[in-house]
Amino acid sequence: MFKCSKRVSVLMVAGVALLGARAAAAQVVSIDGSSTVYPITEAVAEEFQKAKNNAIKVTVGISGTGGGFKKFCRDEIDIADASRPITAKEMEDCNAAGVRYVEMPVAFDALTVVVNPKNDFLKQIAIADLKVMWEPESQGKVVRWNQVNPAWPDAPLKLFGPGADSGTFEYFTEVTVGKAKSSRGDYTPSADPNIQVQGVSRDVDAIGYFGYAYYAENQAILKAVPVVNPKTGAAVLPSEKSVLDASYQPLSRPIFIYVKAKSLDKPEVREFVEFYMKNAAGLIKEVKYVPLPASAYTGNLEHVAAKKYGTVFGGKNEIGITIEDLMKREAKQ
Amino acid sequence: MPSPLPDAGRVRALIARGKLKDTLFQAVGIVFLAVGLLVIFLLVGDMAIRGAARLNPDFFTHFASRRAAQAGILSAWVGTLLVMLVTALAAVPLGVAAGVYLEEYARRNWMTEIIEINISNLAAVPSIIYGLLSLGVFVYALGLGQSILTAGLTLALLILPIVIVSTREAVRAIPESIREASMAVGATRWQTCRHHIIPYAMPGVLTGVIIGLARAIGETAPIITVGALTFIAFLPPMPFAEIGAGDRAGLFDWLMSPFTVMPIQVFNWTSRPDPAFEVNAAAAGFVLMVMVLSMNGVAIWLRYKMRKNIKW
Repeated sequence: MFKCSKRVSVLMVAGVALLGARAAAAQVVSIDGSSTVYPITEAVAEEFQKAKNNAIKVTVGISGTGGGFKKFCRDEIDIADASRPITAKEMEDCNAAGVRYVEMPVAFDALTVVVNPKNDFLKQIAIADLKVMWEPESQGKVVRWNQVNPAWPDAPLKLFGPGADSGTFEYFTEVTVGKAKSSRGDYTPSADPNIQVQGVSRDVDAIGYFGYAYYAENQAILKAVPVVNPKTGAAVLPSEKSVLDASYQPLSRPIFIYVKAKSLDKPEVREFVEFYMKNAAGLIKEVKYVPLPASAYTGNLEHVAAKKYGTVFGGKNEIGITIEDLMKREAKQ
Repeated sequence: MPSPLPDAGRVRALIARGKLKDTLFQAVGIVFLAVGLLVIFLLVGDMAIRGAARLNPDFFTHFASRRAAQAGILSAWVGTLLVMLVTALAAVPLGVAAGVYLEEYARRNWMTEIIEINISNLAAVPSIIYGLLSLGVFVYALGLGQSILTAGLTLALLILPIVIVSTREAVRAIPESIREASMAVGATRWQTCRHHIIPYAMPGVLTGVIIGLARAIGETAPIITVGALTFIAFLPPMPFAEIGAGDRAGLFDWLMSPFTVMPIQVFNWTSRPDPAFEVNAAAAGFVLMVMVLSMNGVAIWLRYKMRKNIKW
């Protein structure tokens, strides 16, 4: 027995030594980053591999937007999935490593505020109400619905939200509380939105928020709350239409892929990006996000052709950007 | 005058009380055992029932997909098996050598005391720490990348303390007379170890290895840290398989391939918006349980075979 394992371990060492000599010859497009963007990239990758008869291999990881950018700026991956624009710190890191990139908005996501279907008093909600519910000062104090709005019943307020390392959490707190990642701590957090779906669907007094796709797939057991648009004063339900006409604001946000300039010289990455932009609209609808107008995708490819590198956000995470704003900015670049 | 012997009635009462307590303890023990077994049966049964719709051959031969009904676990189960293979091949020689050295060779002094305490403590270190260590050492410093080899070595480190401790237990259980007899006929310490100690300890070592592997197979945190992927629709290259025009894979190319494993696939499926994926997650969870149970089965069988050959 021992003799045998000794031989095997010698073999292993020999194997490791051999490895150095052979670099991977296969064509691989490596992608990592946001779990929000993941369903879109996965759908594109699946179709792309089918179309290419598996001659080109695509791998997709979910390290989160921040984790993805870390690998991206360390020059380890070809494409970073991002649910927010690149930050100033990440721009510096990329710059230091000589990583240049093309920023490509691919879709819109609508953060959806949901309650239990049996909740019949909440007809709409204002950003100010959400602020009272979620700001750090409310911790331990605002614990009943009527403390937020006297018109609402005297019932316990049960809050469900994402974990602190999610892009959704970052964006929602920025919109409601006014400062990214600033939130009360006494709510039920979960990195998995399905746990929030389960929590809200089983508790009449619950309220929570997550990406639109999770609401869209669970409409039978959840109720979306119309959110008052501070600019127009109208309460709007999230939907493809209200995201497109920019009435569902400020909880709509663009999501992106960042493609490394150097990787675009590799034919497999270039082909993948072209395939992505040509087929995104249909696949995005299938996974329940809101696609951009066709000109956005052709615009992205024009940026590749014209070698337009960098970001149009200047390292800041802005709230309340409409598709129109985004298009104008990308065009001006 | 009281009789020197207690009267028969009191003795009988004493015995009856003792027997009652005995039965009582037995009953409590059986109830507790039943609770544990029931939980396992409910878990496995629940997963089997909920995942039954997807438990067909296609599930094992298809890659991940955005459509729940077409998604399978091919890359996940292949990845898990290969990672476990690397883990076992790395942890067994290292663990056995360390355990045998500590029991048979090392002199008892404060150094070995410190090493022993550290090994026991290592077993309690959270697995994510091993992931971070491997990210620094294997992925970057040694340049092994985000590969099956890296993941296997990471999990090998994770289970090494378990293998070492069980090796030492097994070596310690071998009667001293065996060593004395071996030495008496002129064998060196190494010959004693090689021909007697290690073969006799193997059944016990195997138990430790399997306990370790059963822990490693379900690990997610360190594997994600070293870079396991979520979507990967191809398999590691088979040795000498054709990979493009006239190019063949080397014998060990699969070690450097990107990969995913079962727990990550299950986790990904449970956190998707479409509830249809929950069926896939249950089915994959059931498959993972079956993998663990059959691993344990093989270990028990091997142990039985080996014990039969040991005649003291």
